[in-house]
Amino acid sequence: MHEMGIAQQLVQIAIDSIPRDIENPKVEKLNLRIGRLASVVEHSLTFCFEIITKDTPLENARLDIDVVPVTVHCKSCDNGWEVTGPVFKCPFCEDGDVEMLTGREIEITSLELADELKI
Amino acid sequence: MEINIQKKVLEANDTEADINRTFFKDQNVFVLNMMSSPGSGKTQILCKTLAKLMPHVRVGVIVGDICTTNDADRLKVTGAKVTQINTDQFGGDCHLAANLIIESAKQLGCEDLDLLIVENIGNLVCPAEFDIGEDARAVVLSVTEGEDKPLKYPLMFRVADVAILNKIDLLPYLDFDAKLVVDNMKQVHPHLPVFEFSAKTEEGLEPWLDWLKIKVFEKTGK
Repeated sequence: MHEMGIAQQLVQIAIDSIPRDIENPKVEKLNLRIGRLASVVEHSLTFCFEIITKDTPLENARLDIDVVPVTVHCKSCDNGWEVTGPVFKCPFCEDGDVEMLTGREIEITSLELADELKI
Repeated sequence: MEINIQKKVLEANDTEADINRTFFKDQNVFVLNMMSSPGSGKTQILCKTLAKLMPHVRVGVIVGDICTTNDADRLKVTGAKVTQINTDQFGGDCHLAANLIIESAKQLGCEDLDLLIVENIGNLVCPAEFDIGEDARAVVLSVTEGEDKPLKYPLMFRVADVAILNKIDLLPYLDFDAKLVVDNMKQVHPHLPVFEFSAKTEEGLEPWLDWLKIKVFEKTGK
C-alpha cells in the first residue's frame, strides 16, 4: 500500500546515482534486494515504478528483485535457521530470544545503464 | 555500465526518525507508537488510559487518520494536548512517516510532556515498516478480528514491543479463542508482553497502565 512512496524513493536514489557527465542516460535495470518479510508487493511496486518513470532516464527500466530469505538467530541457544512461515519460536530450545538477521531489506544495490551511443 | 549503489530505500525516513529520536531525548519524553487495524479500539483505549494517567503523567497525542478530526476531538475531552494529522493532503498515505511526526510534535510542544503517544493510521501492514523515532511500539488487536491475524501480519507483531488484546468483554458472545490468539502472537514474537483487557469496561486495564508508567519512568525518570 506504500509502494508508490517506495517507487518514488527508488527513482530519487537512482537519478542521484547517475554520474552528471553522462549525457542522456538511459537506465536499463535497477537491481534490488527485498526481504520476504518487508511489506512490499512486487506487482504493485512494478506498477507504480512504471507510472512515475515516464519521461525520466528510468523509463522502461526493469526491476530485478533479489528476494532475501528470513534468517534468524536464537540468542538463548545460539542456533540459526531460515524462517519459511510466520513462526519465529526457536525449534531447538522452544523459548529462545530470537533476533532477525535478514528478511526486512528494501535496498537498491546497483543500476545498469545502456551503453552510450557513439557517433 | 553498472553503477554500484548499495542504499536502503527507506534511508530518508530512517534519517528523519533518528532526528526525531534525538529531539525526543532532548525533550525527555517517552514516545509510544500505537498501531492496529481500523476499529480495534485504539482511541477508546487512549481515552481510558489518559483519564487514568493524567495529571500525574503529562500526556500528549498525535493522531493519524486519512480524513476527519473525530479521534482528536474524542481525545481532547481528556484534557490532553492533541493534534491530528490527516494524510489525505499527502495522497491518503496509509502510515505516518517520520517527517510528519516531528512537525506535529513541535506544534504540540513536548517540553511539558512525559509521554507522547502516536495513534498511527489503522493498518496492520505499512506502519510496521516506518520508524518514526519512537521508544516503543504497541500493537492492538480486538477479539472481533481473527485469531490468526498475528500469523497473517507477522511483521507488525515482530516489531511490536507490547500487544494489547482489546474488547474482551465481548468474548462471551463470540467464538473467539483468546488463548489461541495469544499463542499465535507468541509464535511470531515469543517474548512479547500481551495485555488482555476491555477499554469499555476497564476490566484488566491496570497491568497495561503499570507497564506504560514503568516505561515512561525508565526513560524520563519522571
